[in-house]
Amino acid sequence: MQWEVVIGLEIHVQLSTKSKIFSGASTAYGAEPNTQACTVDLGLPGVLPVFNGEALKKSVMFGLAVGAQINERSVFDRKNYFYPDSPKAYQISQLYYPIVGEGHIEIDLEDGSQKRVGVTRAHMEEDAGKSLHTSFLNQTGIDLNRAGTPLLEIVSEPDMRSAKEAVAYMRKIHSIVRYLGVSDGNMQEGSFRCDANVSLRPKGQEEFGTRAELKNINSFRFVEKAINVEIERQMDILESGGTVTQETRLYDSEKNETRSMRSKEEANDYRYFPDPDLLPIVISAEEIEAIRQTLPELPDAKCERYMDELGLSEKDAKALTVDRDMADYYEKVQQAIDDAKMAANWMLGDVSAMNNKNGLEFKDCPVNADQLIGLLKRIKDNTISGKIAKEVFEAMYSGEGDADAIIDKKGLKQITDTGAIESIIDEVIANNPGQVAEFQSGKDKLIGFFVGQVMKASKGKANPGQVNQLLMQKLKK
Amino acid sequence: MSTLDKSDVEKIAFLARLGIDEQDIPEYATNLSNILDMVEQLDSVDTEGVKPMAHPLDAVQRLRADEVTEVNDRENLQEHAPETAEGLYLVPKVIE
Repeated sequence: MQWEVVIGLEIHVQLSTKSKIFSGASTAYGAEPNTQACTVDLGLPGVLPVFNGEALKKSVMFGLAVGAQINERSVFDRKNYFYPDSPKAYQISQLYYPIVGEGHIEIDLEDGSQKRVGVTRAHMEEDAGKSLHTSFLNQTGIDLNRAGTPLLEIVSEPDMRSAKEAVAYMRKIHSIVRYLGVSDGNMQEGSFRCDANVSLRPKGQEEFGTRAELKNINSFRFVEKAINVEIERQMDILESGGTVTQETRLYDSEKNETRSMRSKEEANDYRYFPDPDLLPIVISAEEIEAIRQTLPELPDAKCERYMDELGLSEKDAKALTVDRDMADYYEKVQQAIDDAKMAANWMLGDVSAMNNKNGLEFKDCPVNADQLIGLLKRIKDNTISGKIAKEVFEAMYSGEGDADAIIDKKGLKQITDTGAIESIIDEVIANNPGQVAEFQSGKDKLIGFFVGQVMKASKGKANPGQVNQLLMQKLKK
Repeated sequence: MSTLDKSDVEKIAFLARLGIDEQDIPEYATNLSNILDMVEQLDSVDTEGVKPMAHPLDAVQRLRADEVTEVNDRENLQEHAPETAEGLYLVPKVIE
């Protein structure tokens, strides 16, 4: 049987506000347990939530960026369940009237084509606290610092047909929220988490198969692996004539398997109702329009501009625009040296390679844009050759200072003095009479040998253009 | 006419984590059914075109400025908890 995979994602994005969604407690990451959990976050009797306007603004920004309808009136509901990391015994969320309605994004597929994936909705809600199960005998420790942190839950349509498409979608959403600055998108710190709904159906069948929900997958790599092992599991069941159970499953990255979270099953009756502590959230068309004016240039538009205005290839433009930090870095370098192609080659070549090698993101690159500009300017003004520049770059990367200082210290300045180059050439010619004779009898290819010898003798510092020119003059005599 | 039976009452009690006596279940079933009947009267009203009400007050939510206004009050707050350790609130073990 031919099976078709159907995947929908729910992405929880932590909105980057200073204070919580319903209280004035700090959202800063990494504080001592429970030092940022106030009476509202603890759900003490008599407290009331007061809604953070910044969470609304950031949610609207996201909605506008994915071309979604913004609901001028949205309502908070209570989702009722008992769990110790949720002290009120309900989560404030939006079920019936979410802030963001239907939208869509374009994802890039491996064959270079694009695919539109629908965003069903996005709603605001509060995060829960954290349970620590390991440190205490027969007890669980609860840290409520994260309780009440504003989240935007982005729900996709079941439009994805492979784990790779799911990852492409997740990356695109990540890129968008980072561009907008509505979230830091930090996956290690849990600012960007994903649940995946996975099901299979016989190819050609309209009706969806029974799905399993994979919970809390916190890296791009794990999403792909988790979905693929889940697809295999379901396929094994279906191929052997069994049926898939609708359930919540947890991905274990160490064993690379998913397993059932039975505890979640019986509780799936959340009895949502409008939260009487909160009034409807209303935002006017004018306010929405004002927010639209603040939207930055988004990755797709930036990519197109790089192609149109800067003449970059689609591949380069895409690679430079996925990460906002990288795009900002690129624009700074490109403007300073006024050479779009050179800046792109360096960023996608040496700089990216070093970052990958060291497992660093662009925002953590030890060579900042100004330093790279300093280096590229020295190539442009012929102080150093491109080859020497790589050596200088590596030295900058390991923190040895700016390009000029390194060039000075290591004596890497290119030799452009004709006299100096000529004397090296004379030496090379004197030392290789055989090759000179061959060259002069018509073996033109030997020019490469001479250039190589001169460059070697100058320790790579002679200007290659001048070397070529002077060699020709002298050898042709 | 809504009639809740014993299993409905047991389910509602479980979801609310309420312990109830077996002998009281019939009475709860009757009372809860009566409440539902009362609410069901609303079904006889034509609500075509009426916007669902989210709150009895005809007002909208005021927005708070995004500022940190709360200070660390952990010591005081944890005095009210049955058990704490290393800054954490302790609860009976929850196994996932």
